[in-house]
Amino acid sequence: MILTRMGDGYTVEMTPDELRADLVAGSEDAARRGKVPLLEEAELDWLQDLFTGTSRVVGVERGHEAILTKDGSVNTLYSAQLSSGVGIPLAREQAFRVFERAFCFDSMEIGHPDYSFKPVKPIVALEATAVEGVLHGCIIPVFYGAMPNFGLYAQPDGPYANPADLLPRGEIQAARDVQLEIAETCRDDMLYVARHMADVGADGINFDTTASAGDAEFLATLQAVEELAATTDLGIEVGMAAECVLGFHGQLQYKGTRLAGLWPHQQVKVVEQAGAHIFGAVVNTNTRRSTPWNVARAVTFVKECSRVAEIPVHANVGMGVGGVPMFEVPPADVLTRASAAMVEVARADGL
Amino acid sequence: MSISHAIASGMGGIRTTGDLVARMQLRGMRLPEAKKYVADKLHVSVFDLTDSTVMRGLRQELDIGVITAVPGCAKGLEAKVRIADLLDIEINCVKRLRDKSAKVVVG
Repeated sequence: MILTRMGDGYTVEMTPDELRADLVAGSEDAARRGKVPLLEEAELDWLQDLFTGTSRVVGVERGHEAILTKDGSVNTLYSAQLSSGVGIPLAREQAFRVFERAFCFDSMEIGHPDYSFKPVKPIVALEATAVEGVLHGCIIPVFYGAMPNFGLYAQPDGPYANPADLLPRGEIQAARDVQLEIAETCRDDMLYVARHMADVGADGINFDTTASAGDAEFLATLQAVEELAATTDLGIEVGMAAECVLGFHGQLQYKGTRLAGLWPHQQVKVVEQAGAHIFGAVVNTNTRRSTPWNVARAVTFVKECSRVAEIPVHANVGMGVGGVPMFEVPPADVLTRASAAMVEVARADGL
Repeated sequence: MSISHAIASGMGGIRTTGDLVARMQLRGMRLPEAKKYVADKLHVSVFDLTDSTVMRGLRQELDIGVITAVPGCAKGLEAKVRIADLLDIEINCVKRLRDKSAKVVVG
């Protein structure tokens, strides 16, 4: 019997035939939804070997290593459970050095504990000072990271009427109008923060969990990216919130492409058009299916994304995405399998 | 979780050349292209880029920052000034340092 896990992290036993069936079904699900090619037999064989192997930790073939960027920033070390943080009493500048010198990350972020652009705006000087500090003392590229996070702009957390309240009442046009108002404010906030980071010499800006509130949030981010690509030297990463862009507005386009309903291989093309330099592809984990099913599904999506991309694709492989179980302490056995599969099968440029 | 990915798939940061290849990805280079660019600049093979046995010594020889705490080796901005020259790229904070360290003219 093969020992693996479900999408919620719990251990499950499978026969080789059951494993193969799940790998095929996962790939078929991605192919059907995203209208992307299925994994080839050799790739399924590779995944079969990956999950049949009994080693607790696995990795890519030597020479195939990929670049790591990190969303959620150094919050992982000093923050609380809300960021899967472990609550170590370290300043962000110290945590950054730990990632550089102890964990050997290829790049790292500074971010606000709330990790959204809106709360950063009034304290942007503090944030820029932290970025300056690590730029002076560290060597690896320094990103500033935050989420567009439309939710913070709508009542009760923000000044705008909440589209999620308007839609159930049938006020479709009002919901669409207010999303565009939020988009304008959110875009301005993202530009305000990013320009401060450019001024102090940050290497990059990471728009994380993009389009969490759907197509209007995606549009605001693309517009911010376009402006920053044209006016700053920041490297720009756009990491997505989900595998499919929700049509919360439904009619929005970017340069002629309707944003609602885009899958990773289509999202990357509009992100490229906007001028970003790295795309963070997301594929959500289904907790009711096995990890082999989820990994096969995720790499099917990301493989096509990598194939069509002109910029580096960094697949999201955190909790609940990229085939990794939806659990705040993902087990290393399946986590490292998802990691290796993303690089070896999906040809991701990074994670 | 992050460490598991670093072990399974990461390039190794400043133990090897992960920071250098990351800098080329920040300019939109895909992974194979970015690795080849860095390997050519360092006069090593792409395979050597993630070999810490090779890179530990080469990084010290080039004085572009090493993983262990060695007094006298370039740190922080010092290392990045050299990395910008080595890779023939502009690094934002190095550009800022050069602007800030321009000769002060009074009056």
